[in-house]
Formats: sequence, C-alpha cells, structure tokens
Amino acid sequence: MTVTTFPWSKDRSTTEYRTCPVTTLKVDLAAEKLIIANAVAAVVFLLIGGIFALLLALTRWQAIHLLNPVWFYRVLTAHGFDMLVLWIVFFECAGLYFASTVMLNARQVAPKLAWSAFVLMVIGAVMVNVIVLMGKADVLFTAYVPLKAHPLFYLGVILFAVGALMVIGIFFTNIVVAKREKRYEGSLPLAVFGLVTAAILATYTLLAGAATFVPAFLWSLGLFENYDPGIYRNLFWAFGHPAQQINLAAMVSIWYMLATITVGATPINEKLSRFAFVLYIFFINLGSAHHLLVDPGLSFAWKVSNTSYAMYLAVLGSLIHAFSIPAAVEVALRRQGHKRGLLEWLRKAPWGEPGFAALVVSMFLFGWIGGVTGVTIGTEQINMVAHNTMRIPGHFHATVVAGTTLAFMGLTYYVIPLIFRRELVLKSWAKWQPYIFGFGMALVSIGMIVSGIQGIPRRHWDITFVNPTAVPGTVNLSLAVMGVGALIAVVGGAMFLIVVLASVFLGQKREANRLTLLSGDENPLIEHAVKPLTPSEEHRFQPKGTFVIVLAFLMFFAVYYFSNWWLLGRTWIVR
Amino acid sequence: MLQPQKIWWKPLGRLEKNWLLIAFVWSIVLTAMMPLWFFIGRQNVPATSFRTTPEEFKETVEAFVAKYQVGTDENNVPIVAPPPGDVYIYGRQWQWYPVLKLKKGETYRVHVSSLDVQHGFSLQPVNLTFMALPNYDYVITLTPTTSGEFTVVCNEYCLIGHHTMIGKIIIEE
Repeated sequence: MTVTTFPWSKDRSTTEYRTCPVTTLKVDLAAEKLIIANAVAAVVFLLIGGIFALLLALTRWQAIHLLNPVWFYRVLTAHGFDMLVLWIVFFECAGLYFASTVMLNARQVAPKLAWSAFVLMVIGAVMVNVIVLMGKADVLFTAYVPLKAHPLFYLGVILFAVGALMVIGIFFTNIVVAKREKRYEGSLPLAVFGLVTAAILATYTLLAGAATFVPAFLWSLGLFENYDPGIYRNLFWAFGHPAQQINLAAMVSIWYMLATITVGATPINEKLSRFAFVLYIFFINLGSAHHLLVDPGLSFAWKVSNTSYAMYLAVLGSLIHAFSIPAAVEVALRRQGHKRGLLEWLRKAPWGEPGFAALVVSMFLFGWIGGVTGVTIGTEQINMVAHNTMRIPGHFHATVVAGTTLAFMGLTYYVIPLIFRRELVLKSWAKWQPYIFGFGMALVSIGMIVSGIQGIPRRHWDITFVNPTAVPGTVNLSLAVMGVGALIAVVGGAMFLIVVLASVFLGQKREANRLTLLSGDENPLIEHAVKPLTPSEEHRFQPKGTFVIVLAFLMFFAVYYFSNWWLLGRTWIVR
Repeated sequence: MLQPQKIWWKPLGRLEKNWLLIAFVWSIVLTAMMPLWFFIGRQNVPATSFRTTPEEFKETVEAFVAKYQVGTDENNVPIVAPPPGDVYIYGRQWQWYPVLKLKKGETYRVHVSSLDVQHGFSLQPVNLTFMALPNYDYVITLTPTTSGEFTVVCNEYCLIGHHTMIGKIIIEE
C-alpha cells in the first residue's frame, strides 16, 4: 500500500538513522539532537533553580535567615519560574521528541521548525530570568494583577509558551506521520499514550496561558486600565494548575517507562491504565479552582463542582495508576521467581538500580505526601485553614519535586547511555542519589506542611520577627526541619547534576550494550517483558502485595483527610 | 513503553476490580463530604460578595471608623468597637485598617476588600484565610469562639513590605 504523502515528507530520504543496539529501535539523528538540546537546557535551569532553592530555604529557616527581603522575593520569583516551568517543560519537550520518534521507530518531522521552537523557548527563558534578576519584576511566579512587572517579563513568558506550543504541534505531527508511514502498528505504547495525554492537557493549558499573559502584557504597556484581579486569578490558574497536571501525566508515563526499563514490567491491564489517562483529559483541568476556594465572587456550587474534578474523577485516575504501576512491578518480579508470600518481590526488587529507586521513592512521596495533602487542602471548606499557608508549597514540593523531578532524574540516568551514548560515570552516586534527594525533599515537604498547619504563610520573608505572639514556638522547629531537608535535598540534587554533567562531558563514548545500569546482566526489556502473560500465569501471579499496600495507603489518606475536618471544626464559626 | 499486544482490551482481574470499586467509593465519599458539611458544619466558605471600588470602600470604612472609634493603637491605627452587624476592614500596602474590637459569641458581617493590590486576610493563630481583592467586597460572617488578641497577617504577596503588613483583631469575653 502506498503511503500518503505529507508536504514535508519529501525529506524522508535524507533522514539519517542509527539503530540502538539495546532496544533495536531506530533513532532519527535529528530527533536525537533535539532531545539532547532540550534535556541540556532543562538541566541548566534545574541547576540555576536549585541554587535559588538553597538561598530560599536558608532564608525561611529562621535561625539562618540569609537573604534580605528584596532579594528573597526576587529569588523566589525566579525560583518558581525556573523550576516549575523551565526545568520541567524543557525536559518534557525532550520527552515528547523521544516518545514521538524513537519509541515509535519514526522520524522527526520539520526539524528546523523544532529548532526554532527551541530558540524561542530559550530566548523567553533568558528574558524572564534577566528581567527578574534586574529587579524589574518582583511579582512572584503568579504575577497577580494589579502587581505590575516590566512588559518584557510578560513577553518572555509568552515567547516561551509559543515555543512550547510549537513543540506540541510537532509532537502530534510526528505521531500522525509515523502512523501514516506505518512506522508502528496497532495502538501506541502506553507511555506514549500518556504523553499524548500530557500534550493534550498542555495545549489547552498554554492557550489559557495566552489568555492570561497577552492581556497582562498589553496592560503592562498601558494599553488598557483595568485588569480585573478576580478574572486574572481564574485565567492564571486555568494555566497554572493544569500546567502541573501536564507534569502529572508526563510523570506517570515515565513511571511506566521506569518500571519497564528496570524490572521489565508491562501494564497488567492496558484498558484500565488508558482509562485512567482519559479521566485526566476530561476532568483534571477543573482543578484550577483549587486556588480560588476562598476568593470573593464565586458560589459554593461552582467551587465544589470544580474543586472536586466533577466527582474526584481525576483523583480516581491517579488511584488507578497508584495500583497499576506497583502491580505491574509486582507481577513482573513474581514472574522472575520472587513469588513467596505477600512481599517477597519487594524484598528482592533491584533497590540498587537508580531507575527503580527513583520510581519507588517518587511514587511513594508523590502519593503519600503530595496526593493526600493535595486532595485535602483542595476540599472547599478545609481550604480556609490551608489557603496560602506553607501547606501549599509543602504539597507541591512533594508532587513536583519529590515526585516529578525525581522521576525525571531517574529517567535521565538511562537517557545518557541510550541517547547521549556516553557511559554513565559515578554509578554508585547514581545508586544513592534518589534516596538522598527523596529523603531531603520529604523533610522539606513535611517541615512546610507542619509549619502551614500552624498558620505560617507561604511566600513570606519573616513571620516571627514582626509579631512573635502570632505564631506558636514550635514553628521554629518545623522550619528547621524544612531547612535541614533542603540542605540534604541540595546535596542529592548536586549529586544528580555532577553525575549527569560528568557523564556527558567525561563519560566514555560508546554504544550502550544493556538497559539496566547496575542490576542484573540481562536486558529486562527483552528478557522478561516481551512474553505476554498466559491466562494460567495471570492467575498465579496476582498482585496481592500491591493490594495490601494500596489499602494501607487509603487508610492513611482517610485518617489525614478526616483529621483535617476535625481541625476545621475547632476554629471560629464562619459562613 | 512497549507496543501493546494487538488486542489489549481484556477484562479486569479480580484485585483490579476490587480496587477500582474501592477507589470509586472513596471518590464519592470525598465529594459527598463537602455538601454534607455545608449543611451540618459550622465553618463554611463565605459566598457573599459585592462589587465595589477602592474609593467607595475607603469611604465606607472611614465612615465606619468615625462612628465607632474608641481609641488608637501603638501604630496610630484606630481601634473600632462596633455592635454586632456590619463591620469593615481594608487592606493596603502595608496595613490592615482599622483594628477591630469585637465580642466573643457575637456574629459580625466582616466586609473585607483591598485598596490597591491583592492581599490575603489571614487570621492567626485561628488560622482562617480569605482573599481581599480590589473591587470586591467580600462579606465574611464571623462568630469568634475564643477571646484574646488576634493577628491579621497578609498571606498574599503584595510587594516588598508584604511581611510587615500586620493587623489586629481584639476579641473580648
């Protein structure tokens, strides 16, 4: 059958491929360069944002109180943008190129357009950083109007978003072209499906971003007078919160990838996992209401129906993944012979494999800390005792940092041999890094959450100095826990950066010869994963251990959730 | 990560089915808690708000202060002791105005707004937060259940002096 010709498919003959010896996948060299460029940009901004993180933590740690207020708020603005947007989005762009070409054996369409998207994003990123550090935009990440920043701040954000939107367009085109050219057959692999979910979420997120920042840009130029703060908040969070859901979908996809790479796990039920991603697409954007729960101008019905994702259907999606991924790991390990009792598979799991460590630590912290606290503080009434306290950054440092960032770090260790084609150096550092980083971030999150429960505001230079009677004395302790955690996490982050940079620049140049870095000699992808489970095996290898773990998780969830209702019930009467 | 089998549409396993059911029931519990609390709980998010302008709101607050002022605090901010009913407070860079003197157990309709940028009206250590936005008059129907001196901190960033924006509410027995 002839392949339908696309206008840009004439350059197909010039596409250069290499074949990956480990996965036998074809790698388009143009895509490979794009993946490398985006991944490098991501890591650079992680480095910058990480330095800012250290400065901030050492300021909020009351005993040290490093920066002065002006620089605290300035660095906080840059930290938010560099970490929450630049590091993550650049990494996701690398992920999108990888998923839409390498994983499908397909080619990169329009590489020149892709490069111009990259250049736009870099210009926007640098512009925002420079303007912020020049002190022209001390408005924090949210830039709530009527706080006004320099017009170039908004323009930088817009340029970055346009670049990102172009990448998403190219991603979809890559997939369509791959299908047309019959590069793959049947359905997309689940991880690619998950990234398609992320890209769909990203499309309307970035459009909402345009609706927020284009008027803000014009307003900062003085072209119109009044930008309603309530409307801005609504628009901004239609961008700001779904942006984190893109990370969620991307992270879950990467969890599935890491499970396959490290233990050869395959999804035990594609139907269920895909259904969970579809739930994200339909419901997760409603979560933008989480930020508007104590705003004037909105009704109870509006707040409740939005904050609950219609009926916690997006949470249901996450609960499905919370079962499916560990279950896939469990079934894979049981098949490899670790089948005694409930949890032998867990004892015998490759804990020394960086990707596995990153997967487990990331899932654990994301779910048990990030997810549980997120649903709780997003409850309409409970939000009154949580809004803008440190419980909010406590929640999202558990999700975006301990969860997403750690998952991305874990995957990076495998990208280096496979895509950069460099031997990973300092493997023993890579082995410990997920634990150290995860432990530090857990302390950061817990310290923040405990401070927040005591009423300590987020984004605040100093609460204890101004009015010592306003806060309980135990706050100093919880802020110190956060500070110590931050130091440990910075060590973990630095270890990651050193391993990555040392490997990329000094690692031995060679083709990868196996998938795992430290555990086993075999290639789990080939050895274990390719054989589908037979019905009798399905019966024998039930994920019983996982079932017990998720039940324990649900108990913990319920205890935390209801104790917050109890906490709310003790405050003043309010209506 | 791998190509799924040709036909991946297969029924769920027993444990998967159980978990899906449990998770769905939990989602319904989470949803039902909010309307339930709306009817039986004593703490609900205020949903009354009016359009206003900074000028208009400032005038209202000043008339309110002139009527019920009983003194000034150490920062020269008026202390106001109104009867139960409508009371007014505004936030601006970087002050909450005025100081309210209220009675425990009485119910007040606290009107909160901002004269300039967004502020967060956060009562501590009671730990209740509401947004104070310019052009919005947010009416918080509040019944203090404890007495003493309470702090109103600003917990929405409002430029460099943000952390110095501290107000006061005094609750008498």
